[in-house]
Amino acid sequence: MDEAVKRNAPSREFLEKIFRTAYRIRVFETEGIKLYRQGLIRGYFHPYLGQEGIATGVCAALREGDYIASTHRGHGHCIAWGADVKRMVAELLQKETGYCRGYGGSMHIADIGKGNLGANGIVGAGTPLGVGAALAAQIRGSDAVTVTFTTDGASNNGTFLESLNLAAIWNLNFILVIENNQYAVSTPIEEATRDADLYKRGLSIGVESHQVDGNDPLAVYHLTREAVETCRAGKGPVLIEAKTFRHMGHHVNDPGKYMPEERLAYYKARDPIDRARAALVEMSGVDKADIDAIEAEIAAEFAEAVDFAKESREVTAAEFRQFVAAY
Amino acid sequence: MREIMYREALREAIDEEMQRNSDVFIIGEGIAERGGSYKVTEGLLAKYGARRVRDTPIAEAGMIGVGVGAAIAGARPIVEILYVDFAMLGMDMIVNQAAKFRLMTGGDGRVPFVMRTQGGAGGGVAAQHSQSLEALFYHIPGLKVVMPSAPADAKGLLKYALRQDDPVMFLEHKHLYMTKGPVPEGEHIVEFGKADIKRPGRDVTIIAWSNMVPRALEAAAALAEEGIEAEVVDPRTLVPLDTETILASVARTNRVVIVQEAVRRGGVASDIASIIQEEAFYELDAPIEIVAGLNIPIPFNLELEKASVPQKDDVIRAARRALHIQPTAIAAK
Repeated sequence: MDEAVKRNAPSREFLEKIFRTAYRIRVFETEGIKLYRQGLIRGYFHPYLGQEGIATGVCAALREGDYIASTHRGHGHCIAWGADVKRMVAELLQKETGYCRGYGGSMHIADIGKGNLGANGIVGAGTPLGVGAALAAQIRGSDAVTVTFTTDGASNNGTFLESLNLAAIWNLNFILVIENNQYAVSTPIEEATRDADLYKRGLSIGVESHQVDGNDPLAVYHLTREAVETCRAGKGPVLIEAKTFRHMGHHVNDPGKYMPEERLAYYKARDPIDRARAALVEMSGVDKADIDAIEAEIAAEFAEAVDFAKESREVTAAEFRQFVAAY
Repeated sequence: MREIMYREALREAIDEEMQRNSDVFIIGEGIAERGGSYKVTEGLLAKYGARRVRDTPIAEAGMIGVGVGAAIAGARPIVEILYVDFAMLGMDMIVNQAAKFRLMTGGDGRVPFVMRTQGGAGGGVAAQHSQSLEALFYHIPGLKVVMPSAPADAKGLLKYALRQDDPVMFLEHKHLYMTKGPVPEGEHIVEFGKADIKRPGRDVTIIAWSNMVPRALEAAAALAEEGIEAEVVDPRTLVPLDTETILASVARTNRVVIVQEAVRRGGVASDIASIIQEEAFYELDAPIEIVAGLNIPIPFNLELEKASVPQKDDVIRAARRALHIQPTAIAAK
């Protein structure tokens, strides 16, 4: 564990929050895949398994009034931002009680009122949208910070440079977090760029940029906290590249055979959930019984969310026609 | 009433709305100190400061996307794009983000985003700076498409655009900026979906928008000398489209000419024609005439450029055809 983190002596409350968030995402994805396999979820489902440390660490460094923008692999960001798991499951099950009334599905869960600008089905789109939210905050004289979670795949999209550059010339309170899981669907990052250290992209346009172990939630948290302070001091934006690895393919139906086993084993040995759990145990003296209780509670919470979603109704065609009458 | 130019009317709308609502701001290329290529934003920097009036780098996808993001977060951005041709660089943000957001979020997410840009031929600026691309936006559910032809409409529609909550493609025309017309001072709002009858007439309905409106009015004046009274209907907004006013006019005249500068293929005129035949087939005494641009990129050469888009005489000929007037009869007259 990072020495600086140990020195900071985080409270049990904080460490438990980190573990709970990371574990909640793990349960959501693991159990969600089962629902998908049962045929209860249609369409695409991009699991965040293996990457939980990033959303967990980043969101823990933000506060109410801030904004996040997410990716197609967005469940983890929503959960870390404090989304209601019931309404998330209901959305995946296309129910009226879902975040988008069943109109959006997995790739479009958003909660505008709470500052979640939404997951996005277009790789890279969250970057300009997030910069826009940061611009709106600046124009309103607010010190709110916007974080866009983006991907190594999106770092080769034109809007990556265009919008980060706008954030830079306007000193916006904007943090761009590249979740470098090293694959754009099946294309390895080494094939998509000559220099796979993606944080350097920010340096080239004068943006403070860092690289961090994305599988270490506390390291991600501390770096993000510094980035947030930099932004609120009017010295933004900041770029963070968080290195990580998926535990499976691009989506539920992608076996991910292109991912080398030894690399997967390397990252699984550095699993973010294990590390969050170990931090909680080692630094605050929580025992196994406490951990088991937390895990059981989160599993029960998910089961309850599934019941809620199953019992919820769907929007009728007549109601939908009424909704779209203005189009 | 005082008369001002189209570009002054636009400026007045932006000025009044910026004054009224501190969430309104404008970004674009050369719009701050320089006042914009068409002088629409002149003086706004001095009045509202660099926070709300900003120049951007040449990065259309980025600036449109940033505008959409700011709108999602509740601000009211105007993004000025120099030419509608350049908006093509930002199509993902317009089509996949702005237009979809409301539905994707179950209705919670609104996008009060206004993209002001200009199109049209006639400036000798060739194929990449002369297009009329309203049909692309018209085709995408979730966007409002506004095409003012007169200064008063430009002001009233832009003010309305900045008070409603959907993404607006505000398409100006490069030849209209210097045209003058009466414009009410202060509060003047033109709601979307309200067509305007620019000239009443009983014999034939000419439907036209943007720079085709003055052309249709010239044609109508010439037709009047032949004793033909043409009614010129300007929908002002293509989405939403005021079918009520259009159909009422068709019911009066029983003959229709639709004029669009954009290329004929897949155009808005074809869609309006299909709406009319669906809703008012038995009111028609003649096939619907469409006068449109040729299905080609706009050439540079002046005469060829003119030949590529509808001219006054094309409209006159179409009106005569709709009235079953033989060319020989005109010649004899």
